[in-house]
Amino acid sequence: MSETKEALFSKKNKKLISDPLNLNNPVTIQVLGICSALAVTVQMDNAFVMSIAVMFVLILGNLIVSLMRNMIPTKIKIIVQLVIVAALVIIVDQVLKAFVYDVSKSLSVFVGLIITNCIIMGRLEAYALGNKPWGSVLDGLGNGLGYGLILMVVAFFKELFGSGSVFGFPVFGDSIEKTGLYSIGYEDNGLMLLPPSSLILVALYIWVQKSKTPSLIEEN
Amino acid sequence: MSINKEGNGYTLIFAIIMVVVVGGLLAYIASSLKPIQQENVKNEKMQNILQSIGIDETKSVTRDEAGAIFNDYITKRIVLDYDGNVISELSSADPIKDKNELDAFNVDVRKYYNNLTGLMKKFPEGGAEYEAGLKEAGITYPMFVCEKDGETFYITYFSGKGLWDDIWGYISLREDGRTINGTVFDHKGETPGLGSKMTEAVFNNDFVGKVITNEENEYRPIKVIKPGNERKEYEVAGLSGATFTAVGVEEMMKRSLSVYNKYFENNRVEAPAVIENVTDSSMMDSTYLDSMAQLVIDTNAILANN
Repeated sequence: MSETKEALFSKKNKKLISDPLNLNNPVTIQVLGICSALAVTVQMDNAFVMSIAVMFVLILGNLIVSLMRNMIPTKIKIIVQLVIVAALVIIVDQVLKAFVYDVSKSLSVFVGLIITNCIIMGRLEAYALGNKPWGSVLDGLGNGLGYGLILMVVAFFKELFGSGSVFGFPVFGDSIEKTGLYSIGYEDNGLMLLPPSSLILVALYIWVQKSKTPSLIEEN
Repeated sequence: MSINKEGNGYTLIFAIIMVVVVGGLLAYIASSLKPIQQENVKNEKMQNILQSIGIDETKSVTRDEAGAIFNDYITKRIVLDYDGNVISELSSADPIKDKNELDAFNVDVRKYYNNLTGLMKKFPEGGAEYEAGLKEAGITYPMFVCEKDGETFYITYFSGKGLWDDIWGYISLREDGRTINGTVFDHKGETPGLGSKMTEAVFNNDFVGKVITNEENEYRPIKVIKPGNERKEYEVAGLSGATFTAVGVEEMMKRSLSVYNKYFENNRVEAPAVIENVTDSSMMDSTYLDSMAQLVIDTNAILANN
């Protein structure tokens, strides 16, 4: 094995980052972490902070578990993983509360719910427990980016058609003063603010993704 | 390696060490960040109180600055009981001390509301027994008196329950004690994008100028109705997709403002004592018209500012 000589961004390592963005996306292909993709995608800024928070927990969780992978007793490995993830999430929550209080308020309970995000436990179990730290960090980064990508795409369409804004800036005019698009009778779509629209958007995303990448289509 | 990693002893020791290390780490982080978090909460409260009177500077004032100018505006901090009697009164010269329950700033309305949930489940329709229970609960009601440009404002603070979790609000009333001057609502966990919009201008602006008493000067609760409908002077537009948040807002306002109204009633009676019924209504009308006229001016000013 020539792993000691392996470049930091070898082909294999690059694949760790690029795969989760498309070919092995945690949300659209593995269908993990759907729950938060439904809930925190109403506004783009919340989705953004959520993505960063998940990425942070994923990368550090992967790193810690990978460093400890030879010490963790197999009997309690799930418990150990849970404790590590829970501790990281609490740290994120406390730091957000202290330094970006407004963001932590708008995310409210969803920060705490990162613990239940299946992507995190999934990656710890599937990758970090059996691989070296650097690879695990990249795997965490890749999956975090893949998750964040879906969150941002879904949030973009939900916020655009649900509230007529992008990152909080109105783009269709003022819905109360009836300016811009609203003056010709356009109305925001209330359904876009509700969780079901995320499912529709994620499904549309999968459709587009699969038609662009034929290798993803399962043969029957 | 001589250690058997699959043995019970290793597992147990590993678990104990892990719990101690993680527990210690979290305790350290939580306690070292706590002062900053508490400061945030305190400053946010001051910011909310100032915002509810619409102090222009505070619209862009950061949380940290709100703490500095709080005492310039808030002259008195009053605690009321259920009958609207003053229990304690502090002036801006008195420093805000933590844990002083007789300081309006420290009255924990959210804790008080949670004491009431049993009572509300028992009497969902209200009624005399419910009122008696409210009185017995021994809850206090904080009020802040603010002087701004020679006018006095009364800021009320109360809490209730939205769809998912606690909601609370600050309502400032004008000098007459019946016209709403401004509101600031907040929540712990309402649905982002739906109920969470209760914090935004869309919802709050509609409260400005609404009155909490009818023409006979009796208490009349504010109603939150479906958006898009014609609204009377005691009705405000709710948020689409957030019906239960609106129900919660209506309930907490109804329950709390009735207490504050008692205070205003007690203090209003003092002025004209002898001539009652005849002139009272006409006098009421004129003050009411005055306040409405003032309101039109104010709304115009707000629109112009925007």
